[in-house]
Amino acid sequence: MLADFLEFDFLRNTFLTGLLIGIIAPLLGTFIVVRRLSLIADALSHVTLAGIAFGLFMEKKFAFTLITPLYSGMAFSVIGSIFIEKLRGVYKAYQEIAIPIILSGGVGLSVVFIALADGFNTELFNYLFGSVSAVSKNDFLTILGISIFIVLIISLFYKELFTLSFDEEHATVSGIHAKRIHFLFIILTALVIAASIRIVGVLLVSALMTLPVAASMRLAKGFKQMMVLSIVFGELAVIIGLVSGYYLSIPPGGTIVMVSIIILLLSIGLKQLRYRKQK
Amino acid sequence: MNEPIISMKNISFTYEHKQVLDHIDFILPRGAFMGLIGPNGGGKTTLIKLILGLMKPDHGSITIFNKPFEQFKDWNKIGFVSQKSNSFNKGFPATVYEVVSMGLTAKVGYLRFFNQKHKAKILHAIDLVGMSEYTYENVGNLSGGQQQRVFIARALVSDPELLILDEPTVGVDYENVQRFYELLHELNTKQQITLLLVTHDTGTMTEYATDIACLNKSLHFHGNPEEYLELSEHDLSKVYGHPVNLVTHDH
Repeated sequence: MLADFLEFDFLRNTFLTGLLIGIIAPLLGTFIVVRRLSLIADALSHVTLAGIAFGLFMEKKFAFTLITPLYSGMAFSVIGSIFIEKLRGVYKAYQEIAIPIILSGGVGLSVVFIALADGFNTELFNYLFGSVSAVSKNDFLTILGISIFIVLIISLFYKELFTLSFDEEHATVSGIHAKRIHFLFIILTALVIAASIRIVGVLLVSALMTLPVAASMRLAKGFKQMMVLSIVFGELAVIIGLVSGYYLSIPPGGTIVMVSIIILLLSIGLKQLRYRKQK
Repeated sequence: MNEPIISMKNISFTYEHKQVLDHIDFILPRGAFMGLIGPNGGGKTTLIKLILGLMKPDHGSITIFNKPFEQFKDWNKIGFVSQKSNSFNKGFPATVYEVVSMGLTAKVGYLRFFNQKHKAKILHAIDLVGMSEYTYENVGNLSGGQQQRVFIARALVSDPELLILDEPTVGVDYENVQRFYELLHELNTKQQITLLLVTHDTGTMTEYATDIACLNKSLHFHGNPEEYLELSEHDLSKVYGHPVNLVTHDH
């Protein structure tokens, strides 16, 4: 079944990119989930859409191809993440309000750019739900770079990120620069989202960051174990999702998320089975 | 009396137009096991937050390990078990080992990894609080008393000279409270750790503490347990009743 993916260049790029985001999305996702920031991923993916729409608009109207939609999406995502942090500072007592503000702002801006460009149907559809044929060699190399960067930063700051996620007050008291570490973390999140959108699409990218984590949370005893298990589940979802999506002509965003949901249900079932045995 | 490990002079703190601390002079001697008591809203947690630098006093000065507060950087010397430690997210997937390792995060420092020495330290701290057999268990599955021990181990792992505990026995049953105080007593006498304990259960505490301080906006009493137990009802009502600007120092 994998034969086509090895034979055709464009499919190989997609497949390898898929393997990369199968690592980095759940990797960042473990921190996002335990810090109860799952919705931030959603808000940022919509801001990324605005960036992509901006890139496509520039391409179409001005034949400006120096900045690809991947880059402009990434730039918007990072700027959006900075805005979320600022808003969370402004509304200290209602921090979650930053999310609908940024999310609707992102969608609004996307609509404006799409209208200005007189629409770009199929391409946009690919960005919303993901595509098996959308990854160019250039995109792959960029995402490879981002992935290496993210894995490196996470391993260098693992203990700080973990300490901060568990107990922010304790982390601050013990002398960790909570604000700076958090800021770094949000920027990484923005990068992962922008990198994943090509394959899973704007609407489903947060699922790849949270569903594998939700599944492994039921089974893992410790944090590291959960992280490893999340990545295993993420990879499983990406591989099965991509291959089935290709053969069934379904955008991979849909199939990847459905596989993730099945894994999640299985893990919940397994946990309950174990629980009953203990009783 | 030993040299002070913390000394506060003329400290005042106002929160939302309400005076929480009113010209406090407070000394914590090295080697003490001090119980800090007083009514809710009397400023106990505020006092601790000022020591930890989580809040800044309106005026007054704090000297900590013989250094003016502004120059103090050695936060590893202070271990802290907060009131909230016990209300952590029970679903958080972390083993006892992982939770205790967090106590070393800041000490090991940025861009460095845990080595064998650090790992041995973590295991030793877990052993000190008697939780060795649960090292790789999920901390959310332990009982309240056991979790409290894990958080003490997290505070101990960086070899603090001062351990501050904010109402650590809330929600822990009587028998475990007793064992908990024995553990603190051991840390105080065998490991020579200075202890500052905010608490409500004055009964058990007076058996183990070396110093008792009563705080209700002002510091109403600071002395040893014998002196505290000799306080008349009249004196105690001053502590718990109407705030009186009376600062007692029995040294």
